[in-house]
Amino acid sequence: MAAADLAGSDTLLTFAVSRGRLLARARGDWTCQNARELEAGLARLAHASRQSPRVSIDMSGVTAFDTFGAWLVERLRRDIAAAGGKLAVAGISAVNRALLDEMAAVSHREPPAPPAGPRFALPDTVGALAALRGDAAAFLVMAGALVEASARAIRRPRSFRLTSTVHQFDRVAWQAVPIILMITFLIGAIIAQQGFFQFRRFGADLYVVNMIGFLIMREIGVLLVAIMVAGRTGSSYTAELGSMKMREEIDALKTMGFDPVEILILPRVLVIVLALPALTFIGSMAALFGAGLVAVFYAGMSPDLYISQLREAISLDHFKVGLIKAPFIGAVIGIIACAEGLKVRGSAASLGEHTTTSVVKSIFMIIVLDGLFALFFSGIGM
Amino acid sequence: MAAGNATAPPIVRVRDLTVGFGAKNVLEGVSLDVRPREILGVVGGSGSGKSVLMRTIIGLLPKRAGSVELFGHDVDRLDAAELRLVERRFGVLFQHGALFSSLTVMENIQFQMREVLDLSQRLLDEIAVAKLEMVGLSAADGRKWPAELSGGMTKRAAMARALALDPEFVFLDEPTSGLDPISAGEVDDMIATLQATLGLTVFMVTHDLESLRTVCDRIVVIADGGIVADGTMADMARHQHPWVKSYFRGRRGEAFVAPAGRK
Repeated sequence: MAAADLAGSDTLLTFAVSRGRLLARARGDWTCQNARELEAGLARLAHASRQSPRVSIDMSGVTAFDTFGAWLVERLRRDIAAAGGKLAVAGISAVNRALLDEMAAVSHREPPAPPAGPRFALPDTVGALAALRGDAAAFLVMAGALVEASARAIRRPRSFRLTSTVHQFDRVAWQAVPIILMITFLIGAIIAQQGFFQFRRFGADLYVVNMIGFLIMREIGVLLVAIMVAGRTGSSYTAELGSMKMREEIDALKTMGFDPVEILILPRVLVIVLALPALTFIGSMAALFGAGLVAVFYAGMSPDLYISQLREAISLDHFKVGLIKAPFIGAVIGIIACAEGLKVRGSAASLGEHTTTSVVKSIFMIIVLDGLFALFFSGIGM
Repeated sequence: MAAGNATAPPIVRVRDLTVGFGAKNVLEGVSLDVRPREILGVVGGSGSGKSVLMRTIIGLLPKRAGSVELFGHDVDRLDAAELRLVERRFGVLFQHGALFSSLTVMENIQFQMREVLDLSQRLLDEIAVAKLEMVGLSAADGRKWPAELSGGMTKRAAMARALALDPEFVFLDEPTSGLDPISAGEVDDMIATLQATLGLTVFMVTHDLESLRTVCDRIVVIADGGIVADGTMADMARHQHPWVKSYFRGRRGEAFVAPAGRK
């Protein structure tokens, strides 16, 4: 084989065969910046060493040397040794020699963990169904712990965290009022406009008011508010408790002999249970007001007619149906949010994941619960 | 241990630095040089401004007056791209590690290499393992998540990340705090070894008298908003400033500055 095949040259590394030995000369910066080029050059050298296994490398021309360069030399040494050859390193400074020795001590050449195999949808779905059981258990455990904590708070009212509760109420209920008013007002107006637009063709303008009253008092008011609260408050509960969990604040409470459920979760869930009916009432009124404005300005109904028709259409029962659902839905949002918060583990990604899960689950459960209530109320004739 | 080279231009040159929050100045008129290849220990009481000094030098806190030069460049005169090049020449070990919690230890170490350098995946993995082993961890630890590490392992992993690009200069914020004395000793040894093999310059904020004694070439004491003492451990033993006296010659310090006297 021609000697030229065994020679390689670039600015960092040149090598050639001389009297049965492969002589390499290193030059320039053997640092991370040049690592790609060095890796390629040394691969060529390792390839050439198969024909000429006795290799020596002269490092005296190296101007800078770091872990990357040192590791590549060490890798070359191992490659050559594995092929039965030997690498001699000459002209290296004491400091660089120490670094090279450090690299020689690196034992592991274990390949990185294999990438995860393809995922199949079916096992994922089965897994998700199995997880559902765990979720149900976590929900019941949290609900039970809350009942226990509230029983204790009733027996010893002084242990109840009133300040925290008031503070939470301000955040959850009072500060939510503007956005709730705006959303429900708009939705009320939109439903009314669509109603008048469609019903007018049948000359049933007046009954639009019945539909609005029914829909808003029984369903739309509470559902809209609950979804808003799940997104606004449920997520913040999960994030708060999750970051407290991450920073071991919850463990600190436990070791001081406090029950985190009583101190952190009871006030929060209680607040959401109280806030939801209040916000539902405000939201329903805003929706009726929005619908009324549309009735007057879009459909040309007189305000008196709108109000009297509304009074005829909705009874106290409809009003009650909406408000009775609210605290239960609130409790479900609160419990899911807090249970998810406590499931957060170390990483920031886990916090984000559980916050998302909290909101998604809450909204799902709001709809399910609403369906169950619909069956229940029609069963008892409300 | 390479002693600081007094004639070479300093790696860090701080002049008349003033840093404050609100109405209060934490540091006032601080001037400091960090010389190539020295291990500088910075000590001071809690709240004295050690970490503030470090964070100001690395550009995380704004300064009110004075200048900071890194590797001979005044950081105020550099544009964003130049500043990034300078920033790549130093590594930082944060007090609590600051590992990215959504990446494994290995990915944490490779993060900067992957962004800055153009390397093959094989080399990335091998270098990351080499860095892990240099700081006393194993390849198996590399697959763990930061949340699964103990305090000492977190510091080591963070150290490996700080060294990812083979910086010439590292800032260490309390590298031994929260570790048992054996692990702390190992971290000290690791710093000394890395300094010797990689030729590092180290700026180390610490409270650990043992680290000061065993690895630091020079010690700077921060108190009352400025540097009150600057010298070797032996200089500290003779210093008359009340805080320095009580720190190095208090009940805990005595054993370190005068080891022959008692035992």
